[in-house]
Amino acid sequence: MTFRDDSESHPPLDYPGYKSTRLRHPKQPLILLPQRLTELTGPVLGEDRLGELDHDLTRQHDGEPQGQRIIVHGHVREDDGRPVRDTLVEIWQANAGGRYRHRWDTWPSPIDPNFTGVGRCITDREGYFRFVTIRPGAYPWGNHANAWRPAHIHFSLLGRAFTQRLVTQMYFPDDPLFFQDPMYNSIADRDKKAAERMICAFDYESTEEQWALAFRWDIVLRGEDATPTEEPHA
Amino acid sequence: MTTPSQTVGPYLMIGLPWPDGPTVVPEGTPGRIRLYGKVIDGEGEAVPDALIETWQADAGGSFENGDFRGFGRAPTNDDGDWEIFTVKPGAIGDGQAPHIDLNVFARGMLNRCVTRIYFADEDNGGDPVLATVPEARRDTLLVHPSDDGYRFNVILQGEGETVFFKL
Repeated sequence: MTFRDDSESHPPLDYPGYKSTRLRHPKQPLILLPQRLTELTGPVLGEDRLGELDHDLTRQHDGEPQGQRIIVHGHVREDDGRPVRDTLVEIWQANAGGRYRHRWDTWPSPIDPNFTGVGRCITDREGYFRFVTIRPGAYPWGNHANAWRPAHIHFSLLGRAFTQRLVTQMYFPDDPLFFQDPMYNSIADRDKKAAERMICAFDYESTEEQWALAFRWDIVLRGEDATPTEEPHA
Repeated sequence: MTTPSQTVGPYLMIGLPWPDGPTVVPEGTPGRIRLYGKVIDGEGEAVPDALIETWQADAGGSFENGDFRGFGRAPTNDDGDWEIFTVKPGAIGDGQAPHIDLNVFARGMLNRCVTRIYFADEDNGGDPVLATVPEARRDTLLVHPSDDGYRFNVILQGEGETVFFKL
């Protein structure tokens, strides 16, 4: 068994629109790594790595954070539909004003003392995850003149094998900042539909009355290469 | 169709490092080693916002040891330095020499880069993966024993560029 090549889904490492790629991409050709045992296995990290409130970023402090409370949930599956169960999903994000709780983020928007912006959960038996958080704000950065990052939540997934490892970002529907964002456009330049796979969907059915809006985002990891078909049973 | 990769960005440090991330095995574990190094960009500057992850078999070459996490995760510090405490993996028995798979993430990298660590004090002669790496570049994957552990610099670009793999 091996996992299907999905390099067409991913952005180039050398992407001049995102200035920081310039000195941080290899110039030598990549060498093909066959998928053997090390690549076909991965860490098994259980519930013991999680704190009780790791999935609810609105309840990690004494007070409540500012901003729009949202549920972010979805399904992790392989590209043939097989759910990825019991896998660690980690998120981090800016607060409602677009400020990260990090010493390097110093733009003039306040830190929220009640928001760290870090969450973790493990997908359930069917591959579903669910977080409660605050809708992050957009923020400026220095990539180009008047550059703004569209609001996003960073996602990290381990999958069930080293080969499936994925770090990505989830965006929100109809963001007016996509047109000037090199991260988003590193995908959209080549394939608009592929870029749209990074955008969650507003999910009215999953909103909680008098409490929280909801967004759904499904994440698709590399699936297994088709195995030789067996004779169908008569 | 799979979900595209995106960069970890500059603020990965709030989300990804774990307090026990670098500690694949606790202090006092027989055969415990220190793997460490620097992440360096195309102008020779240290990369202070990178993350290294390691995945490996246990000392006996097994991936089925429930007592062995096998997975390490370490951010670089302001000087671009990282370290992980683990054991040397055993050979997994398929003809490959003992090795550790590495993921490298950083601001400015839209996708991870994958590389491998091999041990200069092991017999790497018959390794089928190393055999596909041009001889002049194999050294970038080899670590040598020293009093400080095994040093593995990740050179993202330019002279001495680390061999990265397409997986």
